[in-house]
Amino acid sequence: MSLEMTTYIVVGLTFLLYISIAVWSRAKSTKDYYVAGGNVGPITNGMATAADWMSAASFISMAGMVANMGYGGSVFLMGWTGGYVLLAMLLAPYLRKFGKFTVPQFIRERFYSRSAASVAVLSLLAASLTYIIGQMTGVGVAFSRFLGVSSDVGIYIGMGIVFTYAVFGGMKGITYTQVAQFLVLISAFLVPAIFISFQLTGNPIPQLGLGSRLTETNVYLLERLNEVVTDLGFKEYTTTYAGSKLNMTLFTLSLMIGTAGLPHVIMRFFTVPSVKAARISAGWTLVFIAMLYTTAPAVGAMAKYNLHRTITPGIAIEEVDLFEPEAHLLGEERPDWMERWEATGLLRWEDKNQDGRIQYYNDQSDDEEFLAKAEAAGWEGNELEVNADIIVLANPEIAMLPNWIIALVAAGGLASALSTAAGLLIAISSSISHDLVKGIFMPKLSDKGELIVGRIAMTLSIILAGWLGLNPPGFAAGTVALAFGIAACSLFPALMMGIFFKKMNKEGATAGMLAGLAVTLFYVFAHKGIFFIQGTTFTHLIGGENSFFGLTPEAIGVVGAAVNFTVALIVSKFTKEPPEYIQALIENVRLPRGAKHVDGSH
Amino acid sequence: MKKDDKAYWKMTLRLLGIILAVWIFVSLGLSIIFAQELNKINLGGYPLGFWFAQQGSIYTFIALIFIYAWIMNKIDRNFDVHEE
Repeated sequence: MSLEMTTYIVVGLTFLLYISIAVWSRAKSTKDYYVAGGNVGPITNGMATAADWMSAASFISMAGMVANMGYGGSVFLMGWTGGYVLLAMLLAPYLRKFGKFTVPQFIRERFYSRSAASVAVLSLLAASLTYIIGQMTGVGVAFSRFLGVSSDVGIYIGMGIVFTYAVFGGMKGITYTQVAQFLVLISAFLVPAIFISFQLTGNPIPQLGLGSRLTETNVYLLERLNEVVTDLGFKEYTTTYAGSKLNMTLFTLSLMIGTAGLPHVIMRFFTVPSVKAARISAGWTLVFIAMLYTTAPAVGAMAKYNLHRTITPGIAIEEVDLFEPEAHLLGEERPDWMERWEATGLLRWEDKNQDGRIQYYNDQSDDEEFLAKAEAAGWEGNELEVNADIIVLANPEIAMLPNWIIALVAAGGLASALSTAAGLLIAISSSISHDLVKGIFMPKLSDKGELIVGRIAMTLSIILAGWLGLNPPGFAAGTVALAFGIAACSLFPALMMGIFFKKMNKEGATAGMLAGLAVTLFYVFAHKGIFFIQGTTFTHLIGGENSFFGLTPEAIGVVGAAVNFTVALIVSKFTKEPPEYIQALIENVRLPRGAKHVDGSH
Repeated sequence: MKKDDKAYWKMTLRLLGIILAVWIFVSLGLSIIFAQELNKINLGGYPLGFWFAQQGSIYTFIALIFIYAWIMNKIDRNFDVHEE
């Protein structure tokens, strides 16, 4: 059977599964719609949250980013997992005890203020919408690469699939489809990783394989990889920081705090039946996420090693001089998978020195001696452009695995993009129907009426997300920094202070969120343009790029959070204490006893 | 706030403080700030600082959440504020 046929069958079966679940799990009340009935078990919720969390970026791009950045790539590995410790201890159990449907609803009631809630709704919409652009383009890209349809058609199919279970099933439909999607995506990620680890090191467990010796040379994989990349003029794999040490530290911390503050993740913990379940469910979530996140660095390093060995066969053989022509692969002898991926533009070979061979090296190296030798050998610049996504996408082909595994990877990539898009859509649409329509404009709306409004909001959100995916603004690449920055600098501190600082009042919380947002947006916009419009960067006004202690805009979220905390504390000292009943409410939220099922009443 | 509730909250905060200290120490300390020094030690084929950054810290996070949940449940029972 051809690869294309196998892929259609595997992907088609998974879609059939998702739609069957959707039919079975229709939402009958707002409680079903917003919190999946409020009785999802901790392990089930853990799997659903893991699928919600692991997007196309985690599944397709992260291993490749780690491969490119080496040790510096650890910021993503730690940043996107460490936040769950904060979430489990500082937010999830208390917000669950509070027992309402949405994140802004907590802000609104805790800070007895519509304006604080409005800032929270705006932050939520900004963070979720910027995040969803990447997911929708991811859906399109995954379809076009794996199924040979155009990216636009892919987005329409994706919108249709999400529509069937998100509009009818709400959080309930989304949760149970996400469990299925988690199982698909995790097996799609682990199976090729196990094969490649076994091929290279003889150890089938990738987490151990990365620390093992290569079977062919009996040298440690990481040691060999370090030699290979430095011989080619790249920086050492296991020691290169992401920017400076300070930048790497704050970047990691920003991602952690941002993760804990992302509303589409927090609201998952409203679906479990008790405070106890909320605590343990965060642990299960991280177990399921870690299955992918501890495997990804092994996939990255191993695929990178395989790639260099393929392109520069001479690099792995002691007797051959790297600067002799034979050390490099003849273009016409390159493997089929390279030609296949060249067609997609993710891989590009340009024979700059017309010698018919591929020279793949770092032509921007700081090693003068290496560059001089390269020039003397007649190399005229790096000839191979490799997109980071190749590491995961072409991994099964590089390792020459059977077709069904390649098809499984396709299904996994689609599962990761669809599950995250659905999770973001429920966060966006419930904020519109519950916090805006019911909370502010139509407080007397009945449960039935709100369910209809919720479904309309979901439909409109899907259309908006699809439109953004079809016409991605030019800034799509920079938006992830913004989503995490916003969550870190506005939502996380406000939620945390709402629980842990009893005297925090509405003036403090609102001023804090606004100040945090101002600092973060100012620094991000300075680097990426005002609202990401090209040509409106203003780094010259702040003394050049990364001028604030050498921080990249991705790392600024934690500074925004610190500003938020400081401003909030100062303002609250000089304004009126929160009323007595609010302080009593907080005392109550801190104790697990008496936790009811969540309900949405304002 | 009742006296017992105050003591309960104090215990909670102490537990959170300890867990967060370990969390920071492993993720930012061992994995980034002291990574160069730790890399002189090897764990199989892994330099230790690199191992913490790409493997060890994540295992630590999981352990921390389960330890937190376990101790917290005990504290809840001791102070009789657990859910029925």
